[in-house]
Amino acid sequence: MMIKLLSQHVKRRGAAATALPSQLVMVQKRMFHPSQQMSQQFNVYIDGKPIKVDASYTIYQACTEAGVEIPRFCYHERLSVAGNCRMCLVEVEGSPKPIASCATNVRPDLKVITKSEKTRIARGGVMEFLLANHPLDCPICDQGGECDLQDISVVYGYTEGRMMEYKRAVEDKNIGPLIKTSMTRCIHCTRCVRFTEQIAGEFTLGQVGRGKTNEISTYIENMVTNELSGNVVDLCPVGALNNLPYSFTARPWELKSNYTVDVMDSLGSNIDVHTRGSDTMRILPRINDEVNEEWISDKSRHAFDGLRKQRLHIPLLRQPDGSFKELTLQEALSTAAEKLSSVKGDEIQGIIGQFNDVESILAFKDLLNRLNCENIDVRTNAPKYSADFRSQYLMNSRITGIDETDLLILVGCNPRNESPVLNARIRKAVGVNGLKVAVLGSAPNLPYNYTHLGNTPQTLKDLADGTHPFSAELAKAELPMILLSGTALERTDGQAILNLVYKLGETTNVINKKEKWNGINILHSEASRVGALDLGIVPKQSTKTKAKVVYLLGADNFRHEEIPEDAFVIYQGHTGDEGAYYADLIIPGASYLEKQALFVNTDGRPQQTRSAQAPPSPTTAWMRCALASLSWHPIWQSLTSLRAVALRNLR
Amino acid sequence: MPLLHFVQSIDGYVTNEGIEVIAQKLELATAEVTAVSTFYTQYKSKPVGEYHVGICTNTLCAVMGGDAIFESIKEHLDIENDGVTADGKVSVEHIECNAACDYAPVVMANWEFYDNQTVESAKALVDGARAGNPPAPTRGPSRLVTYKEASAVLAGLDDGLAREGVQVGEPTLLGLKLSKEGKQ
Ligand code: SF4
Ligand code: FES
Ligand code: FES
Repeated sequence: MMIKLLSQHVKRRGAAATALPSQLVMVQKRMFHPSQQMSQQFNVYIDGKPIKVDASYTIYQACTEAGVEIPRFCYHERLSVAGNCRMCLVEVEGSPKPIASCATNVRPDLKVITKSEKTRIARGGVMEFLLANHPLDCPICDQGGECDLQDISVVYGYTEGRMMEYKRAVEDKNIGPLIKTSMTRCIHCTRCVRFTEQIAGEFTLGQVGRGKTNEISTYIENMVTNELSGNVVDLCPVGALNNLPYSFTARPWELKSNYTVDVMDSLGSNIDVHTRGSDTMRILPRINDEVNEEWISDKSRHAFDGLRKQRLHIPLLRQPDGSFKELTLQEALSTAAEKLSSVKGDEIQGIIGQFNDVESILAFKDLLNRLNCENIDVRTNAPKYSADFRSQYLMNSRITGIDETDLLILVGCNPRNESPVLNARIRKAVGVNGLKVAVLGSAPNLPYNYTHLGNTPQTLKDLADGTHPFSAELAKAELPMILLSGTALERTDGQAILNLVYKLGETTNVINKKEKWNGINILHSEASRVGALDLGIVPKQSTKTKAKVVYLLGADNFRHEEIPEDAFVIYQGHTGDEGAYYADLIIPGASYLEKQALFVNTDGRPQQTRSAQAPPSPTTAWMRCALASLSWHPIWQSLTSLRAVALRNLR
Repeated sequence: MPLLHFVQSIDGYVTNEGIEVIAQKLELATAEVTAVSTFYTQYKSKPVGEYHVGICTNTLCAVMGGDAIFESIKEHLDIENDGVTADGKVSVEHIECNAACDYAPVVMANWEFYDNQTVESAKALVDGARAGNPPAPTRGPSRLVTYKEASAVLAGLDDGLAREGVQVGEPTLLGLKLSKEGKQ
């Protein structure tokens, strides 16, 4: 009955009619829009020093620009301003009370004093209040050693507390398998709430209650389910939200940081791998505004624990009865060499898997070419798009193109799954630049508004012909961008889809010669693909001859019928995944955390990984070294020379 | 926010069902509706009595007798702060300022004022409420409505009583009068 009553009571909001033809469905999601930018410049004085800033700046930003550090908890550069922790109080001339610098705009000739007695007392006072209810359990807190509250307290707080009352306790929440909560430690900065709402686009976290009953919670035992959820752990300035799989395993001062690159998707997020001894303990994002900004997906963050399971660390040879016999590396390599040279070149087939670096691929290619085999492919399950020009397989508008484009058409692409960090960038562009998004293909659950254009290649054809109801909108766009998923091209009509996309590009502004804009973008699903295509890896012979020896370079996603029943299968890889089950000979390899190598991401950016941990057993040589002794060429003896050749080959 | 009052006018407090319906109707997340409903003390997340009595224990009322009223009423009804009597008729809450300090000590029942209260008058109020005929508020309407009815008014469904009676009394304007006369 209540539902009925309420329906009479409430006027529907939101469904504001947009000027779209009626057959198009608009999927509405809530967005955040920042306030307008002003572009007036004037001087402000920070501790007496003048500095010229933009009128849109807050006092906090002006101080940062002037090189003055202000303590803060709630303020975060990539989130909206909340102004609720009051840690950033500064004295402003003419104002009787200290002012929250993160939430106050500058005005001409403003005089800010950050080093006065008044500021010191204000900061100390805020610290005292924050600690009034914060447990002093640092010795058993996972954040210990990298806690903003600890650090700021040491610098700006007092040595002794004056609060004699009991502290409050808050029940911990169960918000999923990746985030550990200790809600008593929460200082209500709401960064986690703002992140999930503004960046991830999920509305599950909220601030419940007020005063001393205030807590961060979900609505009755909900879970945080977005693909970027791990980032709230990094954002939380205290130990309230922690990395659950990592919890109680290490202290930050025991960890060694290794700057490297992620390979879980084709974005090539910049990561910092924290190791203790030879073990990887956790993975954190690194800032790279042109790639992943400051975020990484939960997959990138947590996938490394898979490298401890089912590792291939001993060379193995399958016996006639199906069991495996252990070999030494030398034996394994000579078996492989024997098998490879016992057949004709065109009876060898090479398949390159998704986690391979450029050097490995180059060595692999060279080896097989020397054996007169041209049948090497990285595009498992993919169409035969050619590798003649880079623009045929790259994300041509670059990742930052998302910030420039005014219309984005996703073709068969669900960026939320394929590249969650890229998806966050799209969401940001929708909110900040008013980017319009259209989806062609099945309608995914995306955290922003989009128009669903249709479900079939026919829709694409209509668009290319200009007969689709959306064509008018498309014609208006100046720098439209098409994001075509590599997985969409895996369909049997993948080639046709690609052709239609090219046609669409030619008939519209998607290829805008005047602006030097190429809006045709392919979002690959595998980290190794662009690197391999850069090296020109496409099968150059007809695959009619049945392969007698199949060499899988860490390949697991092949079509099963691609591997002939009676072929001898060599699997070189690091994990006993699908491909290893087909193998007759297994040569162990190194994973992306264990080698220094080049990867090229989907927008064509070559990036180098660094070795963070050691491969699991001493018999595991580098993939390339194994290959090197097979191809008998001095250039493969040293990594440096190999890399030099690889770099020369990268276009 | 009127919708939350509306839920209270039907269920007597903000139920989970109510939150879900509001979230659905307004296209909000349940977490956001919960955030609002738990922030304001006028929204109750647990059932309250038919007559919800709030006794001000803020500075002014406290010194004028509010503390004594609060203690004696709790003892009289044998309930704690935020408790409900076994018959479900009366619940008691201590209030930080009823916004009527000029009539301290102030007790409110279902958001209606009972000004200048004493321990005795407050007892008469709760006893009357338990018996089903509470005394009329000292200001405002001529009779005291139930919590659900009062919530309906806050939800915007006018019962005609809201504008009855005096709103602003002599003591309220005293300060204004004095300052107009130029007295400090
Ligand atoms: S849980 Fe952490 S990030 Fe979230 S409000 Fe509390 S202190 Fe801030
Ligand atoms: S950083 Fe300014 S109020 Fe929190
Ligand atoms: S102090 Fe009691 S009503 Fe204001």
